[in-house]
Formats: sequence, structure tokens, C-alpha cells
Amino acid sequence: MATNRRIFLKRTAVACSTCLLVLKTAQAESLADLFSPGSVAESFAHSFATKDITTSDKINLKIPIIAENGAVVPLTVTSSLENVEQIYIFVEKNPIPLMAIFNLSPDMDAFVSARVKMAKTSQVIVVVKAQSRLYKIQKLVKVTIGGCGG
Amino acid sequence: MSTIKIRTKLIEGKTQIRTLISHPMEHGRNLDEATGKLIPVHYIQELLVKHNDKLIVNSQLGAGISKNPYFAFMLKGGKKGDKISVSWKDNLGNSDVQIREIE
Repeated sequence: MATNRRIFLKRTAVACSTCLLVLKTAQAESLADLFSPGSVAESFAHSFATKDITTSDKINLKIPIIAENGAVVPLTVTSSLENVEQIYIFVEKNPIPLMAIFNLSPDMDAFVSARVKMAKTSQVIVVVKAQSRLYKIQKLVKVTIGGCGG
Repeated sequence: MSTIKIRTKLIEGKTQIRTLISHPMEHGRNLDEATGKLIPVHYIQELLVKHNDKLIVNSQLGAGISKNPYFAFMLKGGKKGDKISVSWKDNLGNSDVQIREIE
């Protein structure tokens, strides 16, 4: 009997750890999918179930028109939309287009500041999820690394 | 020393939370000039902000965020003495947490 119990415990332990491992990798994969290299269209497909994203002027994206240093581009997103739940930041021509996802609790204002890297001149796209609907705004930012502008 | 700096400011009944984190945020495509090899990927994946132990911001970050990242958020309400905590986790399993009272 004693050996049976021991074997049973051993097997349960192995089964449990495999379960946990599978769960863990599944979670990691979804995050890896979101932040996978590819085009911005692919990145959108990973991030959103729907393609129905309305362009909205209720989102305000404050970002320099010309970024002198592509390694540090400061941006601020604010919105007058009600109940903003999520803010996504994409840079179209970066190898990994998705920069960050911010999940905001109802206690938060629709306000996020961050600094992103930009490989080259590109559109910066911000997608805001409010009341389960998606809204976006985009702005072109020129990157002039080491140049004299223009 | 902690890698996280937090500054808070009460503005018209709201609390501005600013945070600066020391982190290399390597995206894996930079060459190490000394060895000629690629610097391995090393970036913050998760950033959490809490207000008195209540989660208010949960963010997933990519390597596209600049080195030594800076973030600012705006909390509705908040008062003097409330605790704001910021924590991060990176892809190599490192993490840090810092707590500061609103002043």
C-alpha cells in the first residue's frame, strides 16, 4: 500500500507541474504574439479581434512633428472619451510595431505619457478602447538621426 | 538603490503620477562595440501601478520603449498620505518595486 501511495503522489505532482508549465507557456505565447516582429497590420490582427476601428478626434496625441533623436520620442495621449479601458501605442515602421499596452482602471483619467524608440520616419498610431469600442488616431513623426533636419 | 523613482503631484483634485525607471531596454538588434556581438534582448515586460494596494494601471511593454523609461499617469482623486506603488518585471526575471506616499 505504501508504495502505491508514493507512486500516486509522485504522479499527481508530475501531472500538476506539467499543467502549470503548459499554462505558463500558453500565456507567454500570447504575449510573444502581441510583441512579435512584423507589419503593423499583423500586429493589429494579434491585438484586436475586430478590424472595425473608428478614427476619432476625441483622442489627443501630443508628439513632436520632427524627432531629432529617434531613440527617445516623448508622447502624451489624452482623450475625452468616457470609460477608457485600454491604450495601445504602435509605431508603424518599427520592427516590432507594438510599443505598449496600458490597461487603466476606472479610477484613472485617460492620460498616459511615455517615451518610445523610432527606427525611422513613420506613423505613430494610438488605439483607445472605450466602452468595448475601438478608436484610433495617427500622426506622422519625422526622425532625423544625426542629420540637420528636413 | 532602487531602480524606480516616483513623483506625485496633486493638481485640482487629481494626482499626477510620474515614474522614471533605470533599465537598459535592449531590443536585441544593437551591436556591442567591444565584442562585436549582438547585445541580448533585455526589456521590461510588465509595469504595475497601485494606489493603496488597488491596481490602477497594468501595462504590457515591448522593447520599443526607450532606455530608462519614463511614464506619467493621472489618478482621479487621491489625497496626501495615500500610497502609490510602482513595480516592474523584465524578460530575464528581474523585478523591482517602490512605494511612495502622495505629498
